[in-house]
Amino acid sequence: MYVAVKGGEQAITNAHRLLAEDRRGDPAVPELTLAQITGQLTLAVDRVMTEGSCYDPGLAALAIKQARGDLLEAIFLLRAYRTTLPRFGVSRPIDTGAMTLRRRISATFKDVPGGQILGPTFDYTHRLLDFDLAEPGRDATDGAVEPTLDAAIGGPVPRVIDLLDRDGLIETEDPDAEAQPVADVTREPLAFPAGRDARLQNLARGDEGFLLALGYSTQRGYGRNHPFAGEIRQGEVAVELVPEELGFAITIAEITVTECQMVNQFKGSAAAPPQFTRGYGLAFGHAERKAMAMALVDRALRCRELAETPASPAQDEEFVLYHSDNVEASGFVQHLKLPHHVDFQSELVLLRTLRAEAGA
Amino acid sequence: MSAYNFAFLDEQTKRMIRRAILKAVAIPGYQVPFGSREMPLSYGWGTGGVQVTASVIGPDDVLKVIDQGADDTTNAVSIRQFFVRTTGVRTTTQTDEASLIQTRHRIPETPLAADQIVVFQVPIPEPLRWLEPRETETRTMHALEEYGAMWVRLYEDITRHGHVETAYDYPVVVNGRYLMRPSPIPKFDNPKLDRCPALLLFGAGREKRIYAVPPHTTVRSLDFEDHPFTVEAWDRPCALCGASGVFLDEIIVDDKGGRMFVCSDTDYCARRRQACDAETP
Repeated sequence: MYVAVKGGEQAITNAHRLLAEDRRGDPAVPELTLAQITGQLTLAVDRVMTEGSCYDPGLAALAIKQARGDLLEAIFLLRAYRTTLPRFGVSRPIDTGAMTLRRRISATFKDVPGGQILGPTFDYTHRLLDFDLAEPGRDATDGAVEPTLDAAIGGPVPRVIDLLDRDGLIETEDPDAEAQPVADVTREPLAFPAGRDARLQNLARGDEGFLLALGYSTQRGYGRNHPFAGEIRQGEVAVELVPEELGFAITIAEITVTECQMVNQFKGSAAAPPQFTRGYGLAFGHAERKAMAMALVDRALRCRELAETPASPAQDEEFVLYHSDNVEASGFVQHLKLPHHVDFQSELVLLRTLRAEAGA
Repeated sequence: MSAYNFAFLDEQTKRMIRRAILKAVAIPGYQVPFGSREMPLSYGWGTGGVQVTASVIGPDDVLKVIDQGADDTTNAVSIRQFFVRTTGVRTTTQTDEASLIQTRHRIPETPLAADQIVVFQVPIPEPLRWLEPRETETRTMHALEEYGAMWVRLYEDITRHGHVETAYDYPVVVNGRYLMRPSPIPKFDNPKLDRCPALLLFGAGREKRIYAVPPHTTVRSLDFEDHPFTVEAWDRPCALCGASGVFLDEIIVDDKGGRMFVCSDTDYCARRRQACDAETP
């Protein structure tokens, strides 16, 4: 005798208990601390903050711990927390020109004012597993002398792209008036055509893997935009807010960001002479791959504005912006595991009718 | 849960959603874009429905949550727990006792009443989406009431297969104007939408749309004069309560092709059995 499935409530409780056990792992091994995660899994923390749209390394670390290292799940946790926070103001635009640099490179010039600063990068590492890291305490950097700079990196370093700007070789980019309201894709639904503010927000929150694949596709001919990495810089910038009651800017935080300014060829149009154009990428923390992919996709999505014919996925605004969000995508893909037996039953009834009529 | 507001959402957000709901009620079947929030449950699990419910629920409401017609499926349990935790409202499994019903994929068999609100969870709100993937295009098609593509699709189904090949989420026209997806309810439930005395609200969280069918509004399932709309029928009654003319779930009971058919609406089925037990001492 069939008994209707009961006990969903108990099953859920048990599932949560099993999940907690699996998260903790072997109790003989010390539990992870948030300080270890923020201190040693920094790039995971950076990704969760970027795509979680919330700059808080401690919360990101907590999310990573709770999600057992599943970064998409951690991003979801952080987003679901962020959405409960009141929005009490809009900061002034950050000035990346005034950034305290930790890394700064340009692929377009051999040397640039302020110099090329390699900083902490995987770029020239040989990807050989370092077995010394397998055991704590054998890390060769322990007790090593801090690397020193030949010269102090002093003062603001000009952005490479501004040097091109001065010669008119690249399209000028005038900042919007400060009073102009900025889109907020976390508060308003997307509408098309999307403004560049909404688009850049969407891409900044967008899944790194998705943007990487799209950016890569432009390099392989699907919406080619002839990019050069004009400048990539990483470092600390101040976040300023002008409280209404004060009327002047106060610094409320210092955050680490990675910025990528792509320089792209442009053949010119009826309205504009040939000149370089721009693609822009920005991410929290050290996230060079993300920022570069974002800049490629931003440039690809500017096709209409630059009178280029959109023909490739990366140039398709609705396609890119509607599918970039991994929290949305992950949810909708995985919702297929929820019960669908009523719809399936409807399909069965229809299929049986059609087959009976076909004499199958 | 004192760290969170009543029903989780802050009052400003509720107000924004209520404005969208009011607009949706004023233009039956029209999809109103709204600033959908990230909810603490996954997209696809009913984030739109949960936001709508959270915006209309009050401390005196009695809440029923069903998924696939059942009160005890895991997601229904989870959403009910969410509202118990964040609002403390009374919950029920009895359709006629509920003032607010959140549902996924079914409309209860017990007729709805004038003072009830039903909230549907919607995965894809756009009825024209499989015909035209672009939102910019489909919004224009709605504005111009340009629904020819849908009629052609239904016509092609009939010429090829003798039937419209849509078993659930069967397109309807609301108030003689907007083409609407009734959410993935079986077409069996479509007739219950027509002139329903309850307020029907539809929430799509991921797609950031809300739409509504106000009480007593006409809802017509698309059909042709010579191919009228029909609903699923079973050649046997529910194996548990003996009900016929209700939607039945098919249960596989062994690996030898054994099947049994039982009510998808667990409340309806359980109460019929109770009544039956009471009659036979």
